Amino acid sequence: MEKNGLDIVRKCVVIGGSAGSLKVLMQVLPHLRPTLSFPIIIILHRKNDRRSSLEHLLNNCCPLPVKEAEDKEPMQNGVIYIAPPDYHLLIENDFSFALDGSEKVIWSRPSIDVTFLSATDVFKKNIMGVLLSGANNDGSLGMKYIKDAGGKTMVQNPDSADIPAMPQFALDTIKPDYILNVPEMAAVINKLK
Amino acid sequence: MIADEEMEILLRDIHEIYGYDFNEYAKASFKRRLNRLFTLDRFPSFAEFRFKIKKDKEYFSRFIEQITVNVTEMFRDPEFYLTLRKEVLPVLSTYPFIRIWHAGCSTGEEVYSMAILLKEANLLHKSILYATDINSKVVQQAASGIFPMMHMQQFSENYLLSGGIHDFSSYYTAGNNKVMFDQSFKKHMVFSTHNLAAESSFNEFQLIICRNVLIYFEKNLQTRVFNLFDGSLERLGYLALGSKESLRLSPSHAKFKQVGTEKIWRKMV
Repeated sequence: MEKNGLDIVRKCVVIGGSAGSLKVLMQVLPHLRPTLSFPIIIILHRKNDRRSSLEHLLNNCCPLPVKEAEDKEPMQNGVIYIAPPDYHLLIENDFSFALDGSEKVIWSRPSIDVTFLSATDVFKKNIMGVLLSGANNDGSLGMKYIKDAGGKTMVQNPDSADIPAMPQFALDTIKPDYILNVPEMAAVINKLK
Repeated sequence: MIADEEMEILLRDIHEIYGYDFNEYAKASFKRRLNRLFTLDRFPSFAEFRFKIKKDKEYFSRFIEQITVNVTEMFRDPEFYLTLRKEVLPVLSTYPFIRIWHAGCSTGEEVYSMAILLKEANLLHKSILYATDINSKVVQQAASGIFPMMHMQQFSENYLLSGGIHDFSSYYTAGNNKVMFDQSFKKHMVFSTHNLAAESSFNEFQLIICRNVLIYFEKNLQTRVFNLFDGSLERLGYLALGSKESLRLSPSHAKFKQVGTEKIWRKMV
């Protein structure tokens, strides 16, 4: 067997969040297993501020390396990627990232739906979509797409979310595999086979 | 939804019939654009979409207009323009005549931003801005100098952040939900269609600006375009890319030196 990072990428977790999600990530990421054998992609709605310290902030609280996804960069297992502000993040068939500056979708760029759809086209059923706190309905369409493709879905319990609208929209659209409070999330991701 | 194999069929058709080669466009993004158009124009099946593209020349014009991404802004990434003002324009000012190429200019917002920068540096009178795009419709729009009113507030904020010190609205006349930019700018602009994937260089420049175009190309096509830019730049000329693009992966990168932390490189040899 090759070393962890060089192994072929076979599955991934995509986490989408908006208002009220950063706090959740900062509670979930510290509890991830340092030996995770798949990549995690985080799509977080945020302001296009180039001095943004999100990468730094998440890196400091996480046992796995966190970095901004770059155009044409091949995905590696055990790495957490965040979408850069003001670009949609797509996945190519060879498991590399592609940035796309096209129109906003549901007033959002990066759009959670766009990455959920693109990643599902590549990973088929070997994907888990996670939808966190937020104020709009981004992510619901993508969660349905993941579920229809046979992937796993996890939604933050709206009662535990700062802004319940986004997870509630998802629950109105699909019946996810997991509806969880924040302290329960890391364990499910850690156990993914 | 259009499948990968169907996309391949379309790419072959289009290359054979119309001579446009999209085979080396980044596929994930191109597929999104295809599906967007397929849905927007309500085709009942892939077969009908394919037939229309093959047989209807006018529809193919629409296809070209819609398949490329035309999202742009005035003074997009204001810090980039601040660096142009502070680091690049003072060097360009030493030339008797300044030639700038906006490759992939879309609807022209960044071309007019550049004209404003040149005017404020008192260089516009000796400058020519060449603005090209594969999409003839956006080139026409750019040439009109008319833009929707709705984004002007944001453009005005960008302008101030880019180091602008004038009243942004002094550069345009407003009316009817549209604004018309200072028509004297046009004397210094040349608009034309140009396909970076197929055509060659048409001049030598001191500055080439190509922002958020290369992300839509696969590596081989990127290399072609980098070579085209290298061949179109004078020694000590500048190449400016989008905020998430880099010359790092280009074979010609050794010839270039990055200017500060912005996506601006200077050709040293």
